[in-house]
Amino acid sequence: MQRILNSRHLTGWLLAAPLVVVLAIFLVLPVLMIVVVSFWQATEFSIVPAFDLGNYEFLFTSHVTLDVFWNTFRYALITWALTLGIGFTVSWFLAFHIRSQTTQVALALLCTVPFWTSNIIRMISWVPFLGRNGLANQAFLSMGLIDAPLDWLLFSDFAVILAFVHLNTVFMIIPILNSMMRIDRSLLEAARDAGASPFQIMTNVVIPLCKPGIMIGSIFVLTLVMGDFITVRFMSGSQSANVGRLISNDIGLLQYPSASATSVVLLLTVLLVVAGMLRLVDIRKEL
Amino acid sequence: MRGKNDLELVALTKRYGGTTAVNAVSHLFAPQSYVCLLGPSGCGKSSTLRMIAGHETVSDGSILLDGQNIAHLPPAARGTAMMFQSYALFPHLSCKDNVAFSLKMKGVDREARHARAMKLLDLVDMTHLADRLPAQLSGGQQQRVALARALITEPRVLLLDEPLSALDPFLRIRMRGELKRLQRELQITFIHVTHGQDEALALADEVVVMNNAVIEQAGSARDVWGAPRTEFVARFLGGHNVLSLAQGRFALRSDAVRIDTQGVEAVVTHVEFQGAHVALTARMAGDQEILAHIPEAAFYADPKSPGEALRLTWDEAQLHKLTA
Repeated sequence: MQRILNSRHLTGWLLAAPLVVVLAIFLVLPVLMIVVVSFWQATEFSIVPAFDLGNYEFLFTSHVTLDVFWNTFRYALITWALTLGIGFTVSWFLAFHIRSQTTQVALALLCTVPFWTSNIIRMISWVPFLGRNGLANQAFLSMGLIDAPLDWLLFSDFAVILAFVHLNTVFMIIPILNSMMRIDRSLLEAARDAGASPFQIMTNVVIPLCKPGIMIGSIFVLTLVMGDFITVRFMSGSQSANVGRLISNDIGLLQYPSASATSVVLLLTVLLVVAGMLRLVDIRKEL
Repeated sequence: MRGKNDLELVALTKRYGGTTAVNAVSHLFAPQSYVCLLGPSGCGKSSTLRMIAGHETVSDGSILLDGQNIAHLPPAARGTAMMFQSYALFPHLSCKDNVAFSLKMKGVDREARHARAMKLLDLVDMTHLADRLPAQLSGGQQQRVALARALITEPRVLLLDEPLSALDPFLRIRMRGELKRLQRELQITFIHVTHGQDEALALADEVVVMNNAVIEQAGSARDVWGAPRTEFVARFLGGHNVLSLAQGRFALRSDAVRIDTQGVEAVVTHVEFQGAHVALTARMAGDQEILAHIPEAAFYADPKSPGEALRLTWDEAQLHKLTA
């Protein structure tokens, strides 16, 4: 008995057990359930346990779903590009232009202020700003920049992207800032000493050394945007769709098998994207 | 004496807000020589070096290289190169690419810049590790790579910011031999900032001692050591006594002090064996401490221990009057 208790293997397993149990019940089991249900059959009024590839067949042959998947990628890519641009610039400013550490911390915290309110409230607060009679249109009209209110400001792809960028930029800023803060300042001086222009310093020194941070931020943003459904519904005024909305609509119609199949495909897509990104950069250095 | 590629500071000043780090320093560095800027931390030596390198803006004054004011040129346009204290090697680049970095910035094609980098790595004996990353090298090897990277720009003046401080004592002595050899081979000016007087004396053709933002004394290592002008220099170089005598204050080398049957009365306070000599500290009249370096054989012929009274003497010619 004593020998069993002393075994290192057993202690290891016991220490890991609580987490294993929690993950098994709340993550692995539900995912397995979804995978199982995705093969079931459904009609308008019944769900039949079966092993049927019909849900997947429909998914991959329907123009609607393919369009929606494409739309999801489009949102994700545009949001990723914009958050990366903004996040990198803001981090650069915070890391290299602010000398006092107190100011640095204060400004970094300021970036997180929007997160003190809920996601939904932050989205809704765009409505009075962007609407037909919103602040933006009124301001443009009174400045004489436009003759008639702009319709594409709200309930459009523009609004969706704007909200995505607003919601997710901070997830880009923090990891990139973290990477940048670790760059030894004498490296920048050494680069300058070697005749590098500011742009060359950025491309040859800062970006390579920020790669792990950029990658972590990108994973955050891509997974958040690809899994989102509420932002698209709110900001497009239900005029655009992404995969998340497809799933939520199916659930609303009690089409669980179809929703499950879509979820499985989405999950695999996101995992593939993340796996591809992890192959490019070794982020373990940063953790 | 003015030669080609000589470097001159004219009333060079650096102010940070209210404090003056470098106060109107003027100095003509001997050309193609090994110069050590020596001083305690905060004396302004690093700021001076960084201003020459162009990594610190000049508040006032000029830096002349070969007669041209370079004080407001970007670092790479000055004809200087800097080797950083922590070497500042790019961690994501191999040694070869680190050395070739400045050529890459100039747009030299890959093959040419690698060939040139290998030549420089050969100069510092590092060709066999050319493809390693800096993290895979020891401190001494990193320093060689940093040296090669600084030299690839063919600088007229090489600036070294405490280059040996990160090395262990054994390596430090070996590397300083190499630095000296390189300077002789390349025939360019090396300006080496250090707070170690032994390092400065061992390396420098010219020692520039700085304190409180100004130059206290400059000259050949032997001249400065043999005739310190101020109390600060005498104390900082070590191995000197500063004595207050009737005629004023004097510096006296501790190896010039002898135990004798006549001379100044003193009481031994401390005896320390240091190998070739024994460091004997004694207290003279007027509560003045005096340090004597007595050759080991002479001391043990008639050993003294703390508390014993003795008489100390020295040649009058060995006393150097201090100006401050």
